[in-house]
Amino acid sequence: MTGTHVGCDTSQCGACVVEIDGKSVKSCTILAVQVEGSKVTTIEGLAPSADKLHPMQEAFRDNHALQCGFCTPGMVMSAIDMVKRNNYQLDEATVRRELEGNLCRCTGYHNIVKAILAAAPAMKSAGV
Amino acid sequence: MTAGTGIGARVPRREDKRFLTGTGRYVDDLPLARATYAYFLRSPHAHAKIKTIDTTAAKAMPGVVEIFTGKDTAESKMGGLICGWVVKDKNGEPHKAPAHPVMALDTVRYVGDTVAMVVANSIDEAKDAAEAIKVDYDVKPANVDLAHALDKGAPEVHPEAPGNLIYDWEIGVKADVEAAFAKAAHVTKLDIVNNRLIPNAMEPRAAAAEYDKGTGNYTLWSTSQNPHVLRLILSAFVLGIPEHKLRVVAPDVGGGFGSKIFCYNEETMVCWAASRVGRPIKWTAERSESFMTDAHGRDHVTHAELAMDKEGKFLALKVETIANMGAYLSTFSTAVPTYLYATLLAGQYTTPLIYANVKAAVTHTAPVDAYRGAGRPEATFVIESIVSKAAVEMKMDTADLRRKNFIPTEAFPYQTPVALQYDSGNYPPIIDEAIKISDYKGFEARRAEAKSRGKLRGIGFSSYIEACGLAPSNVVGSLGAGVGQWESAQIKFNPTGNVQVMTGAHSHGQGHETTFAQLIHDKLGVPMDQIEIVHGDTATTPFGMGTYGSRSLAVGGSAIMKATDKIIAKGKKVAAHLMEADVADVEFENGTFKVAGTDKSVPLGQVVFAAYVPHNYPLAEVEPGMDENAFYDPANFVYPSGTQICEVEIDPETGEVEVIAHTAVDDFGNIINPMIVEGQVHGGIVQGVGQALMEAAVYDKTTGQLTSGSYMDYTMPRADNFPSFKLGYKTTPCPHNPLGVKGCGEAGAIAAPAAVMNAVRDALAPLGIKHVEMPATSLNIWQTIQGAHRAAA
Ligand code: FES
Ligand code: FES
Repeated sequence: MTGTHVGCDTSQCGACVVEIDGKSVKSCTILAVQVEGSKVTTIEGLAPSADKLHPMQEAFRDNHALQCGFCTPGMVMSAIDMVKRNNYQLDEATVRRELEGNLCRCTGYHNIVKAILAAAPAMKSAGV
Repeated sequence: MTAGTGIGARVPRREDKRFLTGTGRYVDDLPLARATYAYFLRSPHAHAKIKTIDTTAAKAMPGVVEIFTGKDTAESKMGGLICGWVVKDKNGEPHKAPAHPVMALDTVRYVGDTVAMVVANSIDEAKDAAEAIKVDYDVKPANVDLAHALDKGAPEVHPEAPGNLIYDWEIGVKADVEAAFAKAAHVTKLDIVNNRLIPNAMEPRAAAAEYDKGTGNYTLWSTSQNPHVLRLILSAFVLGIPEHKLRVVAPDVGGGFGSKIFCYNEETMVCWAASRVGRPIKWTAERSESFMTDAHGRDHVTHAELAMDKEGKFLALKVETIANMGAYLSTFSTAVPTYLYATLLAGQYTTPLIYANVKAAVTHTAPVDAYRGAGRPEATFVIESIVSKAAVEMKMDTADLRRKNFIPTEAFPYQTPVALQYDSGNYPPIIDEAIKISDYKGFEARRAEAKSRGKLRGIGFSSYIEACGLAPSNVVGSLGAGVGQWESAQIKFNPTGNVQVMTGAHSHGQGHETTFAQLIHDKLGVPMDQIEIVHGDTATTPFGMGTYGSRSLAVGGSAIMKATDKIIAKGKKVAAHLMEADVADVEFENGTFKVAGTDKSVPLGQVVFAAYVPHNYPLAEVEPGMDENAFYDPANFVYPSGTQICEVEIDPETGEVEVIAHTAVDDFGNIINPMIVEGQVHGGIVQGVGQALMEAAVYDKTTGQLTSGSYMDYTMPRADNFPSFKLGYKTTPCPHNPLGVKGCGEAGAIAAPAAVMNAVRDALAPLGIKHVEMPATSLNIWQTIQGAHRAAA
């Protein structure tokens, strides 16, 4: 699988974020043996089916929250965890603050913030 | 045209699904059977003689397949990397062109210079072996500080460039400018540094290559913005592999911003070594290598003076700049501080006389080349900083001074004194709209309110112009470019009616697969899901010049439009035959050919089918098939313009600068997909604000070590550094391309630094502070404020 990306060597870009046991984690800081017995979800495992996207993926597309797509897998995984951590209730300042661990060089973050704000209620009503 | 998906519609991007589901294919993702992995040993010194390189122990390490050094490349007669733009100096002499070996021969010239290439069965084994290579260096003094790079006695970087001078270039007539200064009522002077930046595309550069022994063909996958140009350089100048035996593929590429235009050492070596190793080779930069070796951007030291009459009318401008080229001349480096910089110094103004002198210097630092905006951000920063400073000195409103000097709308096409002829523009409504959106009128009240909270609030303007849509080939050719700057397109219908569109442009985030499909859909009426946009592969696309300089739509899109014209013209002939009508009476609309004034019609799909199964077909007059290509060479550059207004608040206790609001109003001509255009503006603004407030590539002035070599030391803009942006548009269509479009990719980054810094200077003005350099970090501001306090005490 090649969906998850490596964007740095100092654990700062967030391109590598995956979900381990329901929490977003920078996978570059974890050794494979450490996740023995854990449930790991990567960007490849998010969409419920081949023609249906996760609400966060959907929101990223609708809001043009990606350009080159390199940061996107990590962004989406972090964003989902953020929404859940905040109990599906987010405001712009919170989203911006909590995106602190994810770098994007293309979008200027504006549309990523919009997408996450739009996805929060959508995830809630979809029950994911 | 189906409403909602043609020109002007906010069509969600077709490429997004693969990126959102982790199925994008970037270079590093390629599965290559029996692959080996390359690692480059790099110079730890900024300047040293290589006495010896001993690879014996390293070659015996486990997993090592081969180790190559400059000795091997020299023996194979590999050419050096080239600079493709010859700039002639003041005296008409071509610029100094020092050798640029792909692997260091006997000298290293910057920290990160390539010394040896290790190829091994795994990347870990390659790295271990690299550590076992023994290099004996004789370390020499380094020339690092740009302001003193041309001083007598500065350490010499190349014997071919005495005094480290690459060229001493000028534009304009100095004596005329001096005469105007002699008559000026007021002169504003400015010393300013354009800080050096590291592009930092999130995908690090990568290359992979494979050699087919049977056919003698090479395939190189590269994170390139322009695969055809890369192939041309490798074939004609560096490796000597004929173009038809080398296929270059740039698949999904994770951002470029200019840094992936150039031909680099590593991809050259990976390609060259593939046939010697006999197995595929993969290389991906680590982030620290990207910091050290991606071509950096900007890095100017400038003195400028603006002469005005007593009403504030600009009489003349003179500019002296030293531009850093780094250790070697990268692919387009020489053009950036000359033809992409000094020719823009008129800005949006009628300044009748301009003189600029640019000296390009080599230093013991990484090569410097085009980075988002390339020359135009540097020009805008000079003009818009000096205009704002002039407004303060003349005690005039900053917007009024700009308006007073704007090129009048009725004066277009407008010939500037620095070579360019602006094709179109209408500046006053843009600044008015920006003033409205940003509530400039209410600013003083907000400043007072901030003051009551102990904060310093400031507002800054930046009215930019850029020349992009690179470029008319005859013009750039006369200025020294080694290539043409047209773009190509091929429209290939299949018998079942769907269509593949091949473009010579390349998307590394810009969304061509959507925007270009909108063009085809709009013009030919083919449904979006029947259109495939193909780019980035020299084997499947016509020769093209790639993507940079906001050119893909203005030039590449125009080529597509030309090819659609050919499809329609041919289709008319076939349709006339099918409908037994005169071709002159056939019209094409919404995907259907019709005979004017009758109810006879035939859909494009049927015409295409007839062209591939020509049983009932005018074979005597028309060839079978429906496959047309076109090359488009623009008549002029395109000239987007706009005004950005930034509002900041500074905490005088900590020096911290907060961007409170940022407004951008742009004239990009006609817009095909507003959603994509907004995304380009957002991203550009953030890179521009990043330059103004946080980013700086810093080398130790003595040792030449890159001290900002990771995300720990190089501050990248993050989401919480910004508010949401406010955007607006005004439209004057480009008069000379078929779409009426201008470019939008660089505007944000071009205008933002001056807007932010003018706001910072405005905020600090009450403390008597007149000048702050970029980046305006909290430390920089805090020290500036302390300095002002000390001066006042
Ligand atoms: S790769 Fe950058 S944080 Fe993991
Ligand atoms: S979309 Fe390119 S880095 Fe985020």
